[in-house]
Amino acid sequence: MPIPPLPFDPASLVEAARAGDERALARLVSVAEGGGEPAARLARLVPFQPPASWQVIGLPGSPGAGKSSLAAALIGVYRAEGRRVAVLAVDPSSPYSGGALLGDRVRMQAHGLDDSVFIRSIASRGHLGGLSPALPDVLALVAACGYSTALVETLGAGQAEVEIARHADITAVVLAPGFGDAVQLSKAGILEIADVLVVNKADLEGAEALRRALEQALDTAAGAGDTAAGAGGPSRRLVRPTRPPVLRTCARTGEGVPGLVDALEHQLAALAASGELARRRRAAVVARIEAVWRELVSARFEDPTARARLDDLAAGVLAGDLDPYSAARQMSGS
Amino acid sequence: MSRQQPLEGPGADGDEAIAAAGAGRAEVLTGRPIRVVVAKPGLDGHDRGAKVVARALRDAGMEVIYTGLHQTPEQIVRTAVQEDADAVGLSVLSGAHLGLFRRVLELLVEAGAGDVVVFGGGIIPPDDVATLEALGVGALFTPGASTREIVAWVRQHAALRHG
Repeated sequence: MPIPPLPFDPASLVEAARAGDERALARLVSVAEGGGEPAARLARLVPFQPPASWQVIGLPGSPGAGKSSLAAALIGVYRAEGRRVAVLAVDPSSPYSGGALLGDRVRMQAHGLDDSVFIRSIASRGHLGGLSPALPDVLALVAACGYSTALVETLGAGQAEVEIARHADITAVVLAPGFGDAVQLSKAGILEIADVLVVNKADLEGAEALRRALEQALDTAAGAGDTAAGAGGPSRRLVRPTRPPVLRTCARTGEGVPGLVDALEHQLAALAASGELARRRRAAVVARIEAVWRELVSARFEDPTARARLDDLAAGVLAGDLDPYSAARQMSGS
Repeated sequence: MSRQQPLEGPGADGDEAIAAAGAGRAEVLTGRPIRVVVAKPGLDGHDRGAKVVARALRDAGMEVIYTGLHQTPEQIVRTAVQEDADAVGLSVLSGAHLGLFRRVLELLVEAGAGDVVVFGGGIIPPDDVATLEALGVGALFTPGASTREIVAWVRQHAALRHG
């Protein structure tokens, strides 16, 4: 029995998505990704009211570390616990063509027909930091549609990892042997953001050495309760109530994956008990408001009246009546 | 259940539904990158063609979701729905193209995604090309087709969906 194609207006899409229509949810993700006024309207329709069991798990890691395979293994465990799982697999768009090749689903197709699993590939669309600016909106959407676990898989080293840590409740950095020594690890900012460190591909040579290197790096790095030095002010710092555990997994065989889920639950409970989870969620909202605020400010640069005024001020600077700093101050005061 | 030619847009009932849905369509879809699922249904393991096409579409600025090998029509259609794809490209070199394409078209309509354009490629005899096009496959690109041709076709037909 054919179902007619979907409408496009956000209000009826939200109603359908909340009622379990996956097509509607998928299209709303597109609306959020598109940004602008439709995304703003959508955000008003879907306030962030996550279920009590809501958890956002960030899975950053180098390409080839096995993030997608690990995500697939995690889906299996969370599904067995009766959770509905949304996987958001973020990959960078090409800076040259704007296109993207999104292949993370390849490893997750075993769950491709499970009605309680929603998998969506998201391109970063040129956003610096490698994450999609729409991610917080998409998380609010899947929370509103009855998913209780969101797995956010993202490429990452340095900046991008810091950003995922800002939007996730808990961050498990995925590593694999053969991606460099402990010095590389500390360079990439991995230790600062990890609540859990995962040595995947534990069946490969070098896994134990990597695990030891990570433990040693943790010994010499910030101890439990220390703050990690994140970019930006103190509100963005991550506080870890306990030392991040280092776990070995083999996503291919599923070995170590239940242990990883236990560790994530344990760490999440510790984050919640210490008040850090609530603080992180608040910081994520602050970051989101900041991002939208920045977009609004940027939009003012395109305003024709402002452009004309800018042009006049430039003439003043050229004539020696004004300096660029005073001109900019006049612009921002307007 | 046969599928309407995507060239003429979705079927009659679909047209009404879209008209009833109103103006949000262009606002949502205009300007976003075209999203294409490139899939390998069935049992053959020859994915070089699919990968070449996937890359060409990406290099043309599209967001390409690659499914990997050995996908069932059910998996492909679920992927197209979850990814809100504009187009699905199927690569079949096993000889099972008639059954596989037909099933994907049927399931898309059943899933309410009959407005997704379907194209394909592989080793497909000329008689079967005609049969598949009659079923509703928008275009078939057999050996010798240029990636430029494929990119141009997808761009034109996905844009029609964007309306």
